[in-house]
Amino acid sequence: MSDTNVRRRRFRLVHLLLIVPYVAVLWAPFFNRSEPAIAGIPFFYWYQMLWIALGALLLLPVYLTEERDTKSE
Amino acid sequence: MMPMPRPLDFTATSVFVALFAAATVLGFFSARWRKGDLSQLAEWGLGGRHFGTIITWFLLGGDLYTAYTFVAVPALVFGAGAIGFFAVPYTILVYPLLFAVFPRLWSVAHAQGYVTAADFVRGRFGSGLLALAIALTGIVATMPYIALQLVGVEVVLAGLGIPGTLPLWIAFAVLAAYTYAGGLRASAMIAVVKDLLIYVTVIVAVIVIPIELGGFAKIFASVPVSKLLLTPPTANNLGQQSGYATLALGSALALFLYPHAVTGLLSSSSRHVIRRNAVVLPAYSVALSVIALLGTMALAAGVRSMPAYAAGFKAFGPNFAVPALFLQMFPSWFVGVAFAAIGIGALVPAAIMSIACANLFTRNIYKEYLSPDCSPSREGGVAKITALVVMLGALLFVLRLPQVYAINLQLLGGIWIVQTLPSVLIGLYTRKLHPYALLIGWAAGIGAGTWMEMQLGLKGSIYPLHILGETIPCYAAFSALILNVAVSVLASAIFNVLVRRPFVDATAPEDYS
Repeated sequence: MSDTNVRRRRFRLVHLLLIVPYVAVLWAPFFNRSEPAIAGIPFFYWYQMLWIALGALLLLPVYLTEERDTKSE
Repeated sequence: MMPMPRPLDFTATSVFVALFAAATVLGFFSARWRKGDLSQLAEWGLGGRHFGTIITWFLLGGDLYTAYTFVAVPALVFGAGAIGFFAVPYTILVYPLLFAVFPRLWSVAHAQGYVTAADFVRGRFGSGLLALAIALTGIVATMPYIALQLVGVEVVLAGLGIPGTLPLWIAFAVLAAYTYAGGLRASAMIAVVKDLLIYVTVIVAVIVIPIELGGFAKIFASVPVSKLLLTPPTANNLGQQSGYATLALGSALALFLYPHAVTGLLSSSSRHVIRRNAVVLPAYSVALSVIALLGTMALAAGVRSMPAYAAGFKAFGPNFAVPALFLQMFPSWFVGVAFAAIGIGALVPAAIMSIACANLFTRNIYKEYLSPDCSPSREGGVAKITALVVMLGALLFVLRLPQVYAINLQLLGGIWIVQTLPSVLIGLYTRKLHPYALLIGWAAGIGAGTWMEMQLGLKGSIYPLHILGETIPCYAAFSALILNVAVSVLASAIFNVLVRRPFVDATAPEDYS
C-alpha cells in the first residue's frame, strides 16, 4: 500500500491550471465579438490566438512542479 | 465550358521537385541513423522508442498538423467563416490533456512492451474482443485520413499545373519505399524538413500577404458580416456557439486516440519527453492559426472569381483556396517552396498513419488471431507488408473513387475514434468499467454517431439536439461520446455483479508512473 502511495503522482493545486484554458476558449459567448480589434484583427480571432501562448505558459509551472517532485522522490 | 487546366509553372515545379528529392534522399539515409534491428516491430514501427525531445517535437508536429489540416482548415474558414476557426481552440485544448494523461500511456506501454493502444486495452482488461474493437476502430478511422493526405498532394500538383496521375504514383512509390526501409525513423527525418518548410512558408505568408492586401482591417472587412463571428443564440437555439465549443473539445479528446498520434507518442524516449512536448508543441498551433487566417486572406484576395483558378476550384472546391492564394501572391520560386511544404507535409503523416495501421494489424489481429506464436522478426515483416498494402489502398481510393468519399469517411472516422476514449483514457486510471460494458458503450457511441451523421447527410458534423424545448447544436462525436460513457457506466454496474468470469489485469499499478 505504502509503495503505491509513493509512486502515485500527488495532486497539487497547481494542476488546476490545466483546466483554465478549457474555460477560456470553450465559453464562446465571452469571445464571440469583434471589438476590441487589434491591428484590424477582430477580438474573436486574436483572443483565441493569444490563448495558444497563454495555454503553453500555464503548462510551464505545472511542468516545473512535477519535475521537482520527480527529483525529490 | 470546361475551365482550362493550369499551364505548367516551370520555376515552381523545379523548386518543388528539388525539395521533394532532397527529402526523399534524407528518408533513405534514415535507415542508418541510430541503427537498430529494423526487422523488429518496435524498431521499425516505433523508431526503437528513443526519440528525444527535439525529434519528437518535429515528429509529432509533422504527424498531427497534417498536410490535409493545412489545406482543409483554411478551406473551412474560407467557405464557412468563423466556425472554421475551431481548429485553434481545438489545438489549445489538446496539450493540457496530453500533459496530464498521456505520460501514463507511455509508461505502461514501456513497462509492458505495448506498441498500440489496443495492446494496452488487451492487457488492462484481459478481453481480446474489446481490444479487437479498439484496433478495428483505429484502422478504419485512419485509412480515409491517409487518403486525404494524398488529396493534399493532388491539390498542390494541380496548382503547379502538373497533369495526370503519374506524379501521384511517383510520390506514392517514394513514400512506400522509404517507409518500408526506414519505418518511423524515415518519417522523423523527413518531418524535420517538412516542418522547417512549413514555418518558413507561414512566416513569409503572414508578413507578405497582409501587406499586399492592405492590412488586416481590410482583409476582415471583406468577410461577409454573417460569417465574421459565430451566429449568436436565439430564444431557444444556442446557435453556432455550442457547436463551436463541442467541435473544439470533441476534436481535442479524439486527437491522441488516433493510432498515428499514439505511434508518435510511444516512439519518444521517456515520459518527460512527452511532458516537455506538451509545453513546446503549441508553436505549431501558432502556425496553424496563421494558416487558418489564410482562408480569410483568400476571401479578401478574391481568388474564387479569378478565371486562372476556376479549374482548381472546380476540381477541389474550397480546398483550392490556399494554393490559389499562394499562386496569386508569391513569386513562382516561393510557390515551389510553399507547395513542397504541403507535398512533403503529406508524406510524413501518411507514412506514420500507415505504420500505425500496420502496428495495429500485426499486433492485434495477425498475432492475436492468425498466428499467435509468430516470431518477433516475422512480426516486423508482416507490419512492413501491411504498411505497403495500406498505402496502396489509400492511393487507389483517391484515384478510383470520388474525393467526397474520403472526406465523408474521415468525418465519420473522427466520430468513431473518440468512442475508444472510455476503454483507453478512462482505462488508464481505473478498470472499474467492465470490458463487456465498454464494448456495449462503444457500439452505442458508434451507432448513435453514425446515425446522426447520416441524418445530416454527411454535410458537416454538428447535429442539433433537442432537449427540453431547447435546440443545442452539438458535435456528433461529442454527444455520441457522452452516450457511450453513460452506457459504459450503467452496464458496468450490471456486468460487475452478473459476470463471474474474471478478467485478468496484466498491468501493475507501478507500471503507470
